[in-house]
Amino acid sequence: MTLFSVNLGYLLVQTLAAAIGTVGFSLLFGAPMRYYAYCALIGATGWFFYLIALPASSSAIATFIATVVVILMSRWYAVRKRCPVTIFLISGIIPLVPGAGIYWAAYYMVTEEFAMASAKGLEACKVAVAIVLGIVFVFELPQRLFRIGLKE
Amino acid sequence: MDHAQQEREILLLALKAGKILLENGAEIFRVEETVDRICRHYGLKSASAFVLSNGIFLTSGDEEETQFAKVQQIPVNNANLSRVTEVNDLSRRIEAGECSLAEVRRELERIQSMPDFPPHLQILAAGASGACFSIMFHGGLPDAVCSFFIGVLLYLYLLKIGKPHFSKIVCNILGSAWVTAMSIFCYRLGLGHHLEAMMIGGIILMVPGVAFTNAIRDVADGDYISGSVRMLDAVLVFFCIALGVGCMMTLYQTVTGGVLL
Repeated sequence: MTLFSVNLGYLLVQTLAAAIGTVGFSLLFGAPMRYYAYCALIGATGWFFYLIALPASSSAIATFIATVVVILMSRWYAVRKRCPVTIFLISGIIPLVPGAGIYWAAYYMVTEEFAMASAKGLEACKVAVAIVLGIVFVFELPQRLFRIGLKE
Repeated sequence: MDHAQQEREILLLALKAGKILLENGAEIFRVEETVDRICRHYGLKSASAFVLSNGIFLTSGDEEETQFAKVQQIPVNNANLSRVTEVNDLSRRIEAGECSLAEVRRELERIQSMPDFPPHLQILAAGASGACFSIMFHGGLPDAVCSFFIGVLLYLYLLKIGKPHFSKIVCNILGSAWVTAMSIFCYRLGLGHHLEAMMIGGIILMVPGVAFTNAIRDVADGDYISGSVRMLDAVLVFFCIALGVGCMMTLYQTVTGGVLL
């Protein structure tokens, strides 16, 4: 199974790093401290799904899956904590933004490997589009779905 | 307070709430909704707001209500999501009828003067985030340690030199060049073993997450103009980062006579 080809210890360290990294970004964006635990949970879960999906698919598909998870969770907690969804969404999505793609595109451009540069650039664009699709579709879901189990 | 004066006060407060939301990274529809909500709640029916990514246009006036128009230009600022949350809470309280106009004014003034996180905390957070991201992109412990210091020094530059003195374009190009220089330095000295991991730990801190995410959501909500402007802003920053990396690597190769990394 491709699913279990991911080393567990590696997965744990990665998820932990994603949690701390996400909290760091929440602070840089000035999010209120009382939400940091949820930001960490959302960032870590998103990255976990990305890592699980990556060996079985491409980076664009894995990013799409992770984005969907991040947004579902963000909306879920935004309704419960009565705060803007932006707080969870922005910091949770940061790990998925194609920062590495930009670096590789620039790197291969400089080393004059233009085929690799355009391949990496295109991949970064695909990842960005995957994030766009994830956001657009999950935000179409009606708000009452996220209110399930909430007492009025 | 007479009637016209009170209407004026309501509109000014709605505008102020909108301004705080917009300059701290809220979505366009949230700004419009909050301004509308405040006006409607205090009984101003003719108010109408038009919100762009860097300005709010607010007018009111019909047979019964007085004419009022104000345009508020809003500079693109650093996001502070605490302020967005606070204004959002305030708007809920207004909706529930818990606030008088004077209270709203006091609250808005308090929210506006809320301090950002102190710089040293931001710098530390940047270092920690950088280290974590370098681990997430296949770095080892030494790379993470290097990334921590790269993140700290990058944020020191951004807060003390880049943001106050340079335009966004120059600030980001120099920032990513600075990250590249530090990463190459660590790599050549053998402090870190994966150049890629150290680089990503640094440049991820400049990635325009707020602009990018808000741009997509604005377009999805039908706010095309603001969405395009924010997307342009995000793409510009992405491009500047790539440019800074490219320039510094070229410089390094030229100086060292074509040593590949």
